Order: sequence, then C-alpha cells, then structure tokens
Amino acid sequence: MSAALSIRNLTKVYDNKLEALKGISLDVMPGDFFAVLGPNGAGKSTTIGIISSLVRKTAGEVEVFGINIDTDFSQAKKFLGVVPQEFNFSMFEKVEDIVLQQAGYYGLPRDYAKTQAEKYLKKLNLWDKRDTPARMLSGGMKRRLMIARALVHEPKLLILDEPTAGVDIELRRSMWDFLREINEAGTTIILTTHYLEEAESLCRNVAIIDKGLLVKNTSVKNLLQELHKEVFIFDTAADLPPQFAIEGFDVNTIDQRSFEVQIEKGQALNSVFSILSQQNISIISMRNKANRLEEMFISMIAQSATDKKEQ
Amino acid sequence: MELKEQWIAFLTILRKEIKRFTRIWVQTLLPPVITMALYFVIFGKLIGSRIGDIGGFSYIQFVAPGLIMMAVLTNAYSNVVSSFFSAKFQRSIEEVLVSPTPNYVILLGYTMGGVARGLCVGILVTFMSLIFTDLYIHSWSITLVIVLLTAMLFSLAGFINAVYANTFDDVSIVPTFILTPLTYFGGVFYSITMLPEIWQDISRLNPILHIVNAFRYGLLGVSDIHIGYAILGLMLSVVILFVISLHLLKTGKRLRA
Repeated sequence: MSAALSIRNLTKVYDNKLEALKGISLDVMPGDFFAVLGPNGAGKSTTIGIISSLVRKTAGEVEVFGINIDTDFSQAKKFLGVVPQEFNFSMFEKVEDIVLQQAGYYGLPRDYAKTQAEKYLKKLNLWDKRDTPARMLSGGMKRRLMIARALVHEPKLLILDEPTAGVDIELRRSMWDFLREINEAGTTIILTTHYLEEAESLCRNVAIIDKGLLVKNTSVKNLLQELHKEVFIFDTAADLPPQFAIEGFDVNTIDQRSFEVQIEKGQALNSVFSILSQQNISIISMRNKANRLEEMFISMIAQSATDKKEQ
Repeated sequence: MELKEQWIAFLTILRKEIKRFTRIWVQTLLPPVITMALYFVIFGKLIGSRIGDIGGFSYIQFVAPGLIMMAVLTNAYSNVVSSFFSAKFQRSIEEVLVSPTPNYVILLGYTMGGVARGLCVGILVTFMSLIFTDLYIHSWSITLVIVLLTAMLFSLAGFINAVYANTFDDVSIVPTFILTPLTYFGGVFYSITMLPEIWQDISRLNPILHIVNAFRYGLLGVSDIHIGYAILGLMLSVVILFVISLHLLKTGKRLRA
C-alpha cells in the first residue's frame, strides 16, 4: 500500500541562502492522524508549502498516494486539501462563493459543487453566514471557512497548518471533534501545531522537526513512554498545613488547597496517598497535568541542540 | 486534469472576474464612461467644431474610435493588474495555485476576465458616443478582431505587471508613465499626417498608434497605417506575451517561494 505522503531527503534553500529543510524523510500512512511539531522556523510550513506547490523544493522527492509531484503534480493535488496558517481568501468574497470557487478549481461541476459547499458549510456551522463577505466573519469562523474550503473536493489527505491558532477553547474542542470525525471516515490528516495538547489528544503518530532536521518520528504513545516523569495535580478538602511536603517526592504548592507532585519512573502513587493519609490530608480530586508532550518536546529540542554543539 | 474539468476551472475564474468588476461597477465601469463623455464634450464638441474635418470625417467622428479603443485597452489592462495583484496581496491566489488547475487555464481565465471588462466598457462608451455623433461600422470583422486582440494583449500586459508588482505603487507605474503617454501620442486625437515627417516615423514605433488606426479603419475605413501589418503585429504580440506570462506562472516568479 502506498503511503498517503512519502517524503525523501527533502531540502529547501531559499533565495536568501536560508537552509529551511536539510534532508527530511518521513512517511504518513493512509488513515493516519499525524502531527508535525517544531518550534517557529523549524521548517514545518516550508514542508507543507512544498507538498502543496507553494514552495519550490531544492532537492528530494515527495509522493502523495504514490504519485510523484515531479511527474504528475496535477493528479497529486487532487488528493490534497490544505488549510494554511494565515487567512488566504479574498476578504471581499462571500463565504459560499469562496467555497464554490475552490470546488471549481478542482473541476467539480457547479451543481455538485453547490451540494458539497452546503454540506461542509453546514458541518462547520457556517451555512447561516453563506452570503456574508469573508471580512465580516470572526477569527474562528474564518478558520472554519478555510477547513470547509479545503474539504469541498473531499481530499484523501488533509493538511492543516496550525488550524486552531488563536481559536478559543470551546471552538478548538469542537474543531477537534470534527477533525476526529473526518479522520474516522477515512481522511488522512497531517497537522502542525504549537498546542502540544492538541497533538497528544488527536494524533497517533508524530514527527518533530527542528532547524530543518527530523528530530523524532514515532507514535505519540511511544513518545510518551519515553517520558520519565509525570506531574499530578491534587485538590484537597481543607487548607494545606504550613511547610507542606511529601517526603521523597518533588512537591510544588499551587495554592492553599492544591498542589502538584512529580512522580518519577519507578515511584508509586500509592506512596503519595499513604503519606497524605498520615498527615490527615483528604484529597477531593486528582488529575494528570496535560503537558507531558510539551515536556518531551522541550527536552527533545534541547537534546538536539546539545548534539549539534558536540558535533 | 481532464479537459472538462479544465473548462470548469476556466469558467470559475472567468465568473469570479466578471463578478468582481460588476460588483464594484462604480469603480470599474462608470469612471471610463464619464471620462470619455468629457473627452467627447471637450475635444469633440467644444474644440472639435473649430478644427474641421480629418480624412473626410468630422473631428468628433475621427476621435471616437480612438477614445473607444483607449477605454478598452486601459480597462483590460487595469482589470487584470488590479485583480491579480490583489489576489497576490491577499494571498487568495494560493487558492488556485494549490489546485490542479493548469497554468494556461489560470492565465486564460484572468486574461478573458480583462477582455470581458474591456469589451463591457467598450460597448458602454460606444453607446455613450452615439449621443454625440453618428457611428457606422466599415468592417465588422476587422473591428471585432482588433478589439479582441487589443483587449487580450493589454490583459496579458496587465498580468505581467501584476506578477512583478510588489506594492500598489508598482501597479500604477506602467499605466501612468508608459500606457497613458503612448495612448495620447498614439493618434487618438490627431492623424500622424499632420506631423512633420520625422515625428511620423517616430510615431510609427508606438504600438498604440497601429491599434488605434486599425480600429479606426474598422469603423471609419480610414487609417494612417497598413491594416495587415497591424493585425499581424497584434497577433504576434499576443503570442509573445502569452508565452512570457505562462513562463512566469510555470517558474512561479514572485508567486511561489
């Protein structure tokens, strides 16, 4: 089975001599929900730009569902839907016209395009705004419009470049649900994001890019298993005693009724509970601090920088 | 992309372009009609009545074809340059660049959008000119060929300008400093036979002179230049600019990083 996306030794040197990609290779299998992580300037958007033809590659090969972009980019593009980071539609056009035009660029007959536009505008709660000029939409609506536009020709591979940047939590969650739904329906999704919680929550596999190099390419599960510590947050029924501490554990008091404990690999949560019982502290709730991937990400990037210095 | 899909993509771009200039008709269709009406009043009626006949026609009849052609070429040019540059500026051009639409379809779509506006304005100005003078058509075929080729040529020139433009200032440089002077010295308001011989020879280097005279021949049957050469020159120019524009799209000049 051909990979949904196969990248081999991809390099990009811009006209100003900036080496944005230094030979990246990775595969994304059909049906995957794949995250591409990396700090600003890592090369994520350049990679997406090359796949979508907005950036010309310097060297390397890209295949979309087995079709090499150098031999038949037109066919490869039919499989692709791209949601860029920045708004890239005419602010003066009406919402429905923007989606219909995109359908036209993919050669969809007008009647079918209208049905598709209605379907995705309704799914993304934009149908009521179909006659509104794009400039009148809120930031979240504009993002949803770009997703509807990218989906109108029902691509097999959807690439989203930081789709939830600047979107409020409620809308972010509903967009996550929507993306999960279309992934379950068979669309392969590649997502770049700064919200590491997003990658942890949505994606099965992940690639970490830093300074144009692939630092890591594995499953999110494997990545998290490599993490040696986890942080748990506890909420107490009563105020914590002065100089509160748990012997053998790294504790950070958040406020009078909550604290966080770092659990190293090999340490047991039971020990924490027995010490708390001895101190007559009753716990009313406990949760995992949702930044595990973030810690991993920071340590990966730091490690990558150290390795380069040593070389 | 199959031929039928390419046709749909072409119609999509053309429809978008026509919708754009008709939506903002106060900026696109009305001003040339008002400007040309002023030309007719001032040069045709007020000054023209004192000039007398040129080539057997009243001055207002003589300038009418030139004024119509001036409206066609400037509007074809400005439609593509402003539309394509705005799309580049707002990055909405990426919508079509990421799609499977072939480059030649993109180019034809924008060019025909410019031709559509050029023709629209041309028709409006022609009707308006009938208020001031009588017009008849000496040769329908030459008139149509010249107007279509001219609108295509200037649409393509506008496209090239838009590709190279980085700012809105760059969009107005060519029309202001090249197109307008060439048009005014292009025999719209006078016959080059009225000029000293040296200026007649220099004027013949101006492509707009050939366009205006060829169109005037189509309407009035009089011309300062050879019609066959004018049509051939126009066709060649269209082909050359089309190839250049296609090359710019293929290499992604100032469109793809």
